[in-house]
Order: sequence, then C-alpha cells, then structure tokens
Amino acid sequence: MADQSIEPILAKSATPGASAIPAPVVVVAVPKYRRPRRLGHLLEQEHILAGALLAPTLVILTLFIAYPFVLGIWLAVSDKVVGRPGNFVGLQNFWVNLNDTIFLRAFQNTFVYTFIATVLKLALGMGAALLLNHHFRFKRIVRAGMLLPWIVPTVLSTLAWQWMFDSTFSVFNWMLMNVGLISQRILWLGDGTTAMGCLILVNVWRGMPFFAITLLAGLQTVNPDLHEAAEIDGATAWQRFWRVTLPLIKPIMLVVVLFSMIATFADFQLIYVLTRGGPYSSTHVFGTYAYEIAMRAAKLGQGASISLFLFPFLLMVIVFQLWYIRRSD
Amino acid sequence: MVKSSATRLDRRAFLRVAGAATGAAAVSGIPGIVAAQKAPSFPKGTKLNILEWVSFVPASDVEFKRLATEFGKLVGVDVTVDLINMNDLNPRIASAIETKAGPDIIMMMSNWPHLYADGLADVDDVAEEISKRDGAYYEHNKKVSVVGGSWKAVPLCSVPSTWAYREDWFKEAGASKFPDTWDEWRKVGIALKKKGQPMGQAFGHSLGDPNNWAYSVTWGFGGTEIDQSGKVVINSKETLEAVKFTVAVWKDCLDEGGLAWDDSSNNRAYLAGTISATINGASIYFVAKRQFPDIAKVTGHGHMPKGPGGRFYNIGGQGRAVMKYSKNQQVAKEFLRWFMDRPQYDKWMAANDGYVVGPTPYWERHSLWEKDPKLVPFKEAVKFGRWPGYPGVPSRKASEALVKYILVDMYAQAIKGMKPEDAVKWAEGELKKAYA
Repeated sequence: MADQSIEPILAKSATPGASAIPAPVVVVAVPKYRRPRRLGHLLEQEHILAGALLAPTLVILTLFIAYPFVLGIWLAVSDKVVGRPGNFVGLQNFWVNLNDTIFLRAFQNTFVYTFIATVLKLALGMGAALLLNHHFRFKRIVRAGMLLPWIVPTVLSTLAWQWMFDSTFSVFNWMLMNVGLISQRILWLGDGTTAMGCLILVNVWRGMPFFAITLLAGLQTVNPDLHEAAEIDGATAWQRFWRVTLPLIKPIMLVVVLFSMIATFADFQLIYVLTRGGPYSSTHVFGTYAYEIAMRAAKLGQGASISLFLFPFLLMVIVFQLWYIRRSD
Repeated sequence: MVKSSATRLDRRAFLRVAGAATGAAAVSGIPGIVAAQKAPSFPKGTKLNILEWVSFVPASDVEFKRLATEFGKLVGVDVTVDLINMNDLNPRIASAIETKAGPDIIMMMSNWPHLYADGLADVDDVAEEISKRDGAYYEHNKKVSVVGGSWKAVPLCSVPSTWAYREDWFKEAGASKFPDTWDEWRKVGIALKKKGQPMGQAFGHSLGDPNNWAYSVTWGFGGTEIDQSGKVVINSKETLEAVKFTVAVWKDCLDEGGLAWDDSSNNRAYLAGTISATINGASIYFVAKRQFPDIAKVTGHGHMPKGPGGRFYNIGGQGRAVMKYSKNQQVAKEFLRWFMDRPQYDKWMAANDGYVVGPTPYWERHSLWEKDPKLVPFKEAVKFGRWPGYPGVPSRKASEALVKYILVDMYAQAIKGMKPEDAVKWAEGELKKAYA
C-alpha cells in the first residue's frame, strides 16, 4: 500500500478583488500518489503467492523424489553395474526377474505379507480405537503407551523380537515348555511358513498403533446423537457399528489403509533384520531382494527393476482407493 | 584427525628401517627416497582416508589406528580411519565409486576386487614388491585380488574358520582328537547328539558361516559350481552325495535350529553350552577366554574334515584397494607399502592374536602361533583355502551366486524335505542364470 501524505488544499475565492474577509481554510487529507512496489504487487496475485509458497516443497520433491524415481526407471532399463556406465537394454531386466525363482517367491511373499498384515492391523486397530473411544481411567496413559511400538525404531524392536524367536534362547519356547503346551522347541524362524508368520506378527505389532490412533481420530468426529438415535430405534451394537460408524469413518479408514499398504509393500528393515530373506529365500520381499542384488551383487540395473515391480501395484491401489472415496462422496 | 608433527630424527630412523626392510633400490616411493636420502614429502595439506570394517578383535582396530597415525606423522599427511560394520561396506563402496568421491583406501572382502574392478586403481607395483620380499601369496589371496592380469587390491590377510569343538565332550564320545574325515565326523556326531550335545551349523542367510559349510562340503565331496571355463557343473553325483550327506547329518548330528541361524547364532549357542562344535573364526575362542574361561580351557580347533574330493576351506581373504577416483593414490600406495612392511604388519598381526593369517607363508613363522597351540589350525587352514567360483575365476557372477545364497539354499531346501536331486537341479537352474 502506497504511503499516504496529506497536503492541505486551500479553498480559494473564485473572484479577484473580492471582499477583505478572508475565505475559510479547509484542510482535506488526500493520499499522495506513490508507484506500488513490484514484488508486493506480484504477491497480491493469488496464483503467484500460491506458487511462491509451494516452490520449496516442489524443489524438495523434485530433488529427493522425482529425480531418484526417474533415475530408478533409467537404471531398471539399463545393464548398469557399479563402476561401469549402463546401456539401454529395454525390458530385459524385468524378463530376467520373471524367470528367477527367488524373485517369483519374493513377489508372492510381498503380497501375502502385505495383505495379511494390513487386514490384521485394520481389524485390531479398529478394535483398539473403539475401546479407546470410551471413557475409562488412565485413558490418556493407555493411548500414549499404545503408541510405543510405533515410536521405537524398527531395527531395535526387531532385534528384540529376533531374540524372542531365537531357536536356542526363545522366551516363547521357554514359556510354552514350562506350561507344558509343547515338549519340543518351535523353530520360529527356521521354517518358511512360521518365519513368514513371525514377520507378519512383528509388522502388526508395530503398525497397529498407527491404525488405532488414526481411526480413533475418525471415531471422534462421529456425532454421538446418531448412535443414540440408532439405539432408540433398536439397533444392536454391531448394527450401530456397521450401519452408522463404519460408513462415516470409511474415508479416513481408506486413507490409513492406503498409507499402511504402501509402507508394508516397501518394507525392508523388518525383514532384513529378522530373517534377511531366509530360510531358503522363503521370506524375501521386493525390498530385501532388490538390496541384495543391487548392493551386494553390484547389479544396480537389476536391483532397480526388482524395486520398480512395486510401482504399478501401488499405483493401482492408490487409484482404486481414491476412486472409491470420491464415489462415496 | 592426525596432525603432522614428525621430527627429523623420527623420519631418519623410519627411513633407515624402511630401507633395510625393503632391501630394494626402487626408484620411486619411500624406498627410492631412502636411496636418495631425502625425507618423503607430499604437498602440505595432503589427506588420506581409509575405510575398514569394525574388526571382531577390538585390539586390532586400536593398533591399526595407531599405525595409521604413525604413518601420518612420518610423512606429514593427515590420515583418518573410518570403521564401519562389515555389512555396510558394500553400499559405501558402491556410492563412493558412483559419485567418484570418498575414501582413498577401502578394505576388500573375498572377491570384491572383481566386483568393483572398474573403480579400483592398479596396485601391481605394491603387491608384487611385497610378494618378492615375503614369498608368493596364497592362491586364494592372489585369485581374488588379480583381475584381468592387474592387481586391484593388495592382499592383507585371511580370516579362516575352523571347527571350534569341546575336547571334553568329544573325548567322552570316543574321539581323542577332532575327526579327520566326514565319515568319522558323522560317527562322533551321532554319539554326541544322542547325549544331547549336537554340533551346530548355520543354514540361514548370512554370508559367513552358512557359506563355510555350503562351499567347503560341496568341494570336499568333489562338486563345484562351475568348471575352469565357467560352465555350470553343480548338477553332478558328487554334489548330490554332498547334499545327501548334509540331510543325513542334519538329523543325526546337528542342532536343528540351524536353519534360522546367522553368523552370530552359533557363537551364542556354543558359549551357552548347547552345541559341542561349530565352524567359526577364532572369535568364539577369544570371547571364551575373556568371559567363559572354563569353556576356553576345553575348547580346541579342528580342521574341516576331508571328503572324497579333499579338504577345503571357503576363505576368500581380505585386501586393501586404492580407489581410482582418489587424488591421493601415491600416498595411498605408500601407506599400503609401509603397512605391509614387516615391522608394521608384525605388530598388527600380533594385535589380532591369531584371528588373521598373513597373505604369504612368511607369516607362518610369527611367534604368536607358538604362544597358543590351539590357534595353529587357523594358520594351517589357509593352505586349503579356496574362493567363491573355484576352480573358475571369482568373478562378479560368483558374487551373484553368493548373495543369492544358491548353494546355502540348495542344502537348506534339501534339509527341509525337498528331494536332494530336485535341490541340486534347482541350484543348477539358478547358477545358470547367474553365470549367463
């Protein structure tokens, strides 16, 4: 806004030689005209201001997300190994992967791991959220404590779980043997099926708080009058949940499922610490197998192609969920 | 960080020793400077950064840093040493080579010189000078360090694994010494497992102990991944025998938790007294001496048993490479030359206390082998050392086979119930893809 200054303007008599009585002086404030500053003028325009505010985020996204993603695509279609320039090879890496039994196992494992873990996290998280939505003593402490698995660094908590599943020192085996439920130790991580079960268990233990807290936030936006009205109409608890609560929290539920599926599909550290893809490659997922090929075998192109297999599935998941949410709206 | 503060006297003493020890009148580097009677000089502000693993023997890291500091003072160079976990070396090396920036010297494990050959400088002069002085390198040390006729790493040492075993339990089971053949080993193993004292072997996904069985036993029965021309020959009756043997002893002799074991599980199991023997480096013995002296007293070390194909160890060896991107290659080579010189290497080897074996037979005479006869099998093991891809080249394809755990999984799947013939066939299919 231009500075304003005030100049007095004297009212003058129109006729020369008028009477000797002085004319009344009227002082009126009038803003002095100043040319507006260029930057200020620009930022007054909404689309320019929006661009300026978004620019830092866009720069970060471009440098740390878009550029590595595009580079990853290039690597995936090249024969790049460490120390040598890569040559374009088209879809050869993907073809090699589809003929690799370890990759196919990793492909299957990733979907099984993600699907089962997400369903369990959703079910348990919803249950926890419904319970926490009630008033009880020490509610705040319970809510905060429930977040601990989510907060503790994954590697640390997974190392603790590794000890609990250890074939020699497992505390689970010790407890089960002492109560007489088993007579021989269970080799938790020594069998492909139980090892996968252990991975899912640890993932659920870690991820359930995220579901619970997010769904709790959604539950708290539901108007209690709706439940009251349904109760008066004779609806059971399950009917109130299914027909009143669930439809209202569906959008937030889909968002949290979406985020969780993305993170679980791309999981690396939990599997790498607990089993490293063993025993006999029965627990490899995309992340761990890509790491072994890219980092230990130095085949960056092949490793990138394994990682990129995630992309179309994650894209489909995102598109479907967003479509579903829009349709519900 | 090391600041240059060498005195003229220290430099002269150093030059005398270096000159006497090398005994060569080279025209470049420190020996050449000795001949010319001038102090070594590098431009002021020259830095040297070395990347190594965190050793299982802490005293070795302390001694290495001390020696690096000493070198820095002697030649007026700022020397820094970074120690990281062994598993973190691969990503660091990859990023250093790709960005052409990072440490000047990096430790190489097993056949990594082949894996990263394009990013490593030639060190023929240093490696061959050492060999001329101390004798020919062990075959596995040389094989993993020479790529396409050029030395890409200076062999540093080997870290062999032998069988750590409970002498007292073996005696009770009727074995006064560690069995020499696999058949004898199996007889003792059956007796031990019946007494609740099985032997232990890892078949999980970690690069050390599981491969020590997978490769050594395959070779011991006469099988190999490839032949000398690089053709995949794993699907042979010798390999099949090795797999059948492993399946049999899994039930008869071994702790059945081994499918989930990594490189540290057998250490813990042995020191907890739940297993009677396991393949490992000397670290079990060192920890036992420090924390479980009663177990250390009754622990001995035995050689990998002989099979129909002979006795073999999967060793590979370690080396140090100068990075091609380094602007301090001359300093780096001088450091390697100086470090591998007898006065310095002697001290570093003493600090390792038997955990490492020198790269040439010269170091078999080191006094530490007389200090503790229980460590002698480690010294002898290198004579039977082989590399991934033996008898072929330890190429990057051998690395791919290694990181995919093809041999380890071949055994693990057979143990889990897959027919041995199918397990071997599966390994053949995977190896053919890796070596394509």
